[in-house]
Amino acid sequence: MVPFNKLAGIVAPLEALHVDTDQIIPKQFLKRIERTGYEDMLFYDWRYASDGMVPNPDFELNAPRYQGASILLTKDNFGCGSSREHAPWALNDYGFRSIIAPSFADIFYNNCFNNGMLPIVLDSATVERLFTEVRASEGYTLSIDIEAQTVTTPSGEAIPFEVDPFLRDRLLNGWDQIGLTLRHEDAITAYENARR
Amino acid sequence: MKKNIYEKIWDAHVVLDEPGRDTILYIDRHFVHEVTSPQAFEGLRLTGRKVRRPDLTFATMDHNIPTTDRNKPIEDSLSRQQVETLQTNCDETDIVCFNMHDRRSGIVHIIGPELGLTQPGQTIVCGDSHTSTHGAFGALAHGIGTSEVEHVLATQTLLQRKSKSMEVRVEGTLGIGVTAKDIILAIIGKIGTAGGTGYVIEFTGSAIRALSMEGRMTVCNMTIEAGARAGLVSPDEKTFEYLRGREYIPADRSFDELKAEWAQWASDDGAQFDTLVELKAEDIEPQVTWGTSPGMVTTINGRTPVLNELDGDDAKTTAKNALEYMGLSEGECLNDVEINRVFIGSCTNGRIEDLRDAAKVARGHKVSKHIDEALVVPGSQKVKAQAEAEGLDRIFTDAGFEWRESGCSMCLAMNDDRLNDGDRCASTSNRNFEGRQGKGGRTHLVSPAMAVAAAVKGRFCDVRNWEFK
Ligand code: SF4
Repeated sequence: MVPFNKLAGIVAPLEALHVDTDQIIPKQFLKRIERTGYEDMLFYDWRYASDGMVPNPDFELNAPRYQGASILLTKDNFGCGSSREHAPWALNDYGFRSIIAPSFADIFYNNCFNNGMLPIVLDSATVERLFTEVRASEGYTLSIDIEAQTVTTPSGEAIPFEVDPFLRDRLLNGWDQIGLTLRHEDAITAYENARR
Repeated sequence: MKKNIYEKIWDAHVVLDEPGRDTILYIDRHFVHEVTSPQAFEGLRLTGRKVRRPDLTFATMDHNIPTTDRNKPIEDSLSRQQVETLQTNCDETDIVCFNMHDRRSGIVHIIGPELGLTQPGQTIVCGDSHTSTHGAFGALAHGIGTSEVEHVLATQTLLQRKSKSMEVRVEGTLGIGVTAKDIILAIIGKIGTAGGTGYVIEFTGSAIRALSMEGRMTVCNMTIEAGARAGLVSPDEKTFEYLRGREYIPADRSFDELKAEWAQWASDDGAQFDTLVELKAEDIEPQVTWGTSPGMVTTINGRTPVLNELDGDDAKTTAKNALEYMGLSEGECLNDVEINRVFIGSCTNGRIEDLRDAAKVARGHKVSKHIDEALVVPGSQKVKAQAEAEGLDRIFTDAGFEWRESGCSMCLAMNDDRLNDGDRCASTSNRNFEGRQGKGGRTHLVSPAMAVAAAVKGRFCDVRNWEFK
């Protein structure tokens, strides 16, 4: 995985609670056996006006000002529902590398780190404020520094965030998790032998 | 020190616990299905890694397969490719695969217990959120993503941070016509769909003890809908009796010895939990969801919310959007809501006891003429065979239900079983998300008995007043 240290990018708002993985990517796209190529399928049922590929003008993410966004701002319990990793894949393929919300569903949260993406938990009041700021100025960007654990607004305010140090290190170093675990193969074998 | 079941299983499976690192936890059983595994096997191929313990890994196809004639090839070429890919991957790596022609096949969370693969004290994972089902046996069962599937295939371990523990205690006796499904929906209604986030839940209390293993599986199955990392019930005599004689129960050991070993996993008396939630069984009524999340639930005699009675803008907007999607108005009585589709099945309610419950209500009645389609989809081929041996299939078909082959079917509508835009469905599945059962489809989650009652009346009604024939 590519190391992930800093990110500065346009922020796109998705104002909905409990966005489930069926909304992030509907099931008809889970039939593919590839790991990439999901960008057009993200938020499919919301994003397109008809079953064709006509963008729904009422879906905020479709607005020209949010094109090229790499940070998604959303609300509580994002990513609830199924364990499908197609959800982070689709977000990643679309261009989102970080998602900011007051809370995330557990499995989705883990899946993000396994794809080199950073979900950031900020308190509800801060998230509300960011929603207002994002909408107020076109081209609004945030800068994320993973090492320093801060999100910096255009006015220079640095908002701190918490992240498990191990998960943070994995992103910073782009570690291959399986490779890391396999370094402890002896311990796994010892465990298996002890239980026989 | 007194330990709860989660602590016991966790402690017994720690391979390595380094400070500042996630714990490496050993995995006893890895279930695999066709949708969340192809990229994991591909990852192994690309890195030249092997499946460490094919003997602890079991695969089946359930999400994509047709519930109609199995002898015809799968028409949808992508579905067919995914099913064939799993078969090839299993053949190449020596993993046992119960394919759709195997009489032991079915929904992964139904066949694990049925085959005795699921046992107390195990750690179990599957690339599927409803893996929590297996917790009914006193196993620690987590749903995982595809990268983690690859990790488990390669290492037979999973990285985990320890969760907090929550006890959900349900004391008392359920009323007639009130089921395990109503218990879990009531719990979700109480704590919310994120109420369990960061927790592993143990279900305790006399009402949980009184449930059959099928009922306990229904409760644990939907733990994920409360946001929890896993849900368990401490094993007891019922657990052991369910497992006796099943195919994968070790035959070289005496059953008494196994029982004694399994019994040790149960939470110690007086074990501590971080949080306690209590419900009285007597207060639980038949539940019906009204919205687009399992937490949007009320009783059969309840009403949809009135927006200006809700607290906060977010709650109002969310409820407003849900009502709009569901085509319902504020303060509408669930009793008055008419439906046109019915689905009985899924890993929540596709087991033999669910079908018996449903058949009791269906016997001697006819599906209403307002219903366009009423499906009964057994959770596994074994459930199907058992139901047919008991004559349940005839009760359903005589009443006007369709009787199908097993699989996930309209629980997520990846195959051809799906709702049309605007259809309204009484469903025994677990998710009422927008579009879950088909784009524009409206799902109301209920118990099997309530689904049949709704099929007969063409609208929701209180199964406690049913005229059994
Ligand atoms: S029945 Fe539904 S919830 Fe269960 S495994 Fe299949 S798709 Fe998932």
